[in-house]
Amino acid sequence: MDGGIIATLLKIVFVVIIILTFAPLLIWAERRQSAMMQDRIGPTRAGIKIGNLNITLGGLLHPLADALKFVWKEDFVPPAADKLLHSLGPIIALVPAISVFAVIPFGGYLHLDNLFDVLEPGQVFDLPGISLQVANVNVGILYIFAIAGTGVVGAAVAGYSSNSKYALIGGVRAASQMVSYEVALGLTLVGCFMVYDSLLLQDMVTFQRTPVSWLPGNFSLWGIVYQPLAFFLFFTAAIAETKRIPFDAPEGESELAAGYLTEYSGMKFGMFFMGEFVEVITSSALLITLFLGGYDLPFLEDYGFDIFGFVVGVPHVAVIALQVITFILKIVIIIWLQLTIRWSLPRFRYDQIMQLCWKILLPASLVNILVTGAVILLLRN
Amino acid sequence: MAKLVSRPSRTFSEQSYIPEIVKGLGVSMKHFFKNTFSSRANSDIVTIAYPEEKRIYPERFRGVHRLTHRADGTPRCVACLCCSTACPAQCIHIEAGEYGEGTSQHGYERYPKVFVIDELRCIFCGYCVEACPCDAIRMDTGVHVPASTRREHFIFDKEMLMSMPGQDGTFLTANPRHEPGDPSHPGLDREHKH
Repeated sequence: MDGGIIATLLKIVFVVIIILTFAPLLIWAERRQSAMMQDRIGPTRAGIKIGNLNITLGGLLHPLADALKFVWKEDFVPPAADKLLHSLGPIIALVPAISVFAVIPFGGYLHLDNLFDVLEPGQVFDLPGISLQVANVNVGILYIFAIAGTGVVGAAVAGYSSNSKYALIGGVRAASQMVSYEVALGLTLVGCFMVYDSLLLQDMVTFQRTPVSWLPGNFSLWGIVYQPLAFFLFFTAAIAETKRIPFDAPEGESELAAGYLTEYSGMKFGMFFMGEFVEVITSSALLITLFLGGYDLPFLEDYGFDIFGFVVGVPHVAVIALQVITFILKIVIIIWLQLTIRWSLPRFRYDQIMQLCWKILLPASLVNILVTGAVILLLRN
Repeated sequence: MAKLVSRPSRTFSEQSYIPEIVKGLGVSMKHFFKNTFSSRANSDIVTIAYPEEKRIYPERFRGVHRLTHRADGTPRCVACLCCSTACPAQCIHIEAGEYGEGTSQHGYERYPKVFVIDELRCIFCGYCVEACPCDAIRMDTGVHVPASTRREHFIFDKEMLMSMPGQDGTFLTANPRHEPGDPSHPGLDREHKH
C-alpha cells in the first residue's frame, strides 16, 4: 500500500474534481468551439445578474443552466417501460466511465517528507513515494477494459428497458458497436504491453519518461514513436467507444430519433450526457498515458529541467505540480482535437462502422502486434 | 429492369479517406484559429449578439410607419384617405378634420383628427406609402414592430406615428412642401389664379 487511506481519499477527491470540472467545461468547449469552427459566436447569454452587472463568463454559465434544467425537468418513465432497468441504465453508463480514471496516473511519485528538496541528477529518494493515481492495480490496463466494457451494458439496458423501437435499435447498435471496437481497442494495446513490458500504467509512463540510451542527451521517446500505427488505431477505436460523431449511429438522429436516449428526460438524460463527456475525458487521458508520455513534460526530470546537460534544479513539489499541470494540459489538447473531429466529420453509415472495425482496424492491429513482436525479437537477439 | 449505375471514380487517397479527413480537419482548424485568435472585425464570424448589436436595415426596408412632419411640426397628412383606401389589409383609420376659419389652410386642405394604424393587421406591403400624394406616410423608420403581449400596444395612434423619426433621424422628408400662398406653390391659389 502506498500512502494509506487518507492519501487515497485525497487522490479520489482530486480525480473526481478534475472529472466533474472537465465535464461542464467540455459542454462549454463543445458549444463555443463548434461555433468558432462554423463562423458563429455561440451561446454567451446565460448569466447571473447582480444589480446592473450581467456576469456571463463568455458562456461558461450555460452548463450550469443546463444542470438546473435537468434537475427541474420531469423525470418521465414510459408507462410500459421496465422501471428498475430504466433507472439503472444511466447509472451503469456513468459510473464505469468515472471509475476508469482510477488507474490513470496524473503525476509521478510524491514524497511528502522531501517536498522542497532538489535532487541531484542520478539521485533518487530513499523511501517509496505516493504514486499519484488512485489505485495501482496489478492488472492495470486490463482493469480499464473490464470497467469500460460495462459501459456498453448501460446503453443496452437503456435501449431494452425503454419499450420503444427506436431505443431498442439504438441500444442494439450501441452494444454491437462497442463490443466490436472493444476488441480492436484491446488488440491495439497488446503492442503497447510488448513495448513497455508492463500492464501498470505508472510503469508505462515511467518507461516513456526514461531517457533513451541510444540517443544523445536525455531524450525520452513517447509511445507514439514506438507504436505510431497503434496510436491511430487506438484513437479511432476510442472515439468509436465514446459513441460520438462520426460514430454516433446508436443515437443517429436522422433515423432513430435519439436512439437509446429517446425515452430519457431530466437528470437521467443528464447522466448519459455526463457519461459521454466523462468517456471523452477518460479516453483522452488513456491515450495520453499510453502514447503521449502521460504526465511527462519534455526535459523535466525528477531533479528539474535538463536540456542537453544544462540543468536547472526544481524542488520536488514543483516537479510534481508541473507534471499534473502537463497532464491536464495534454488532456485539454486531446479533447480539443476530439471535438474538432466531432464537429468536422459526418456520421458513418452503420455498415461502414462495422466494416471499419472488423475489416480495417482489427487486421491492422493484428499486423501491428506481429511487427512489434518481430522487431522486439530481433532487438533482443 | 436493371439499370447500370456508374461508380464514382475516386482516387486511392480519396478512397482511403484519411487524407480527406486531414484536409477537412484542416479547414475546421483554420476557421477555429482565425475566429478564436483574431478580433471580431478580422474574424469570419457572421452572427451577431442581437439585442445588443443590431444590423442596419437596408434603406428600402419597410418598417413601422411614421407620419412625416411639416416645418411647424404638424403632420403633412391632409386626410385625403388615399392610404386607407389603398390599404389591402384595411388597417388605417382616419377621421378628417377641417382647419379653423381664417387659417390659410381653411377650405384648402384638411388634417387628420384621428390617424390610427393597426400594426397587427398591417401586412407591410407599402401600398399606403405609394398612394400618399403628400409624402406624409413613410415606412422608413428602420424598426420592426416591437414585441408585446398586449393588443393595445400595436394600435399606433397619430402621436405615436409622429413620434418616430426616419432612419436618417429627421421627422421631415426631403421632398419640398409648398404652403398655399407661397410663391413657389405650383397649384392654384385661393383666387383660382396661377
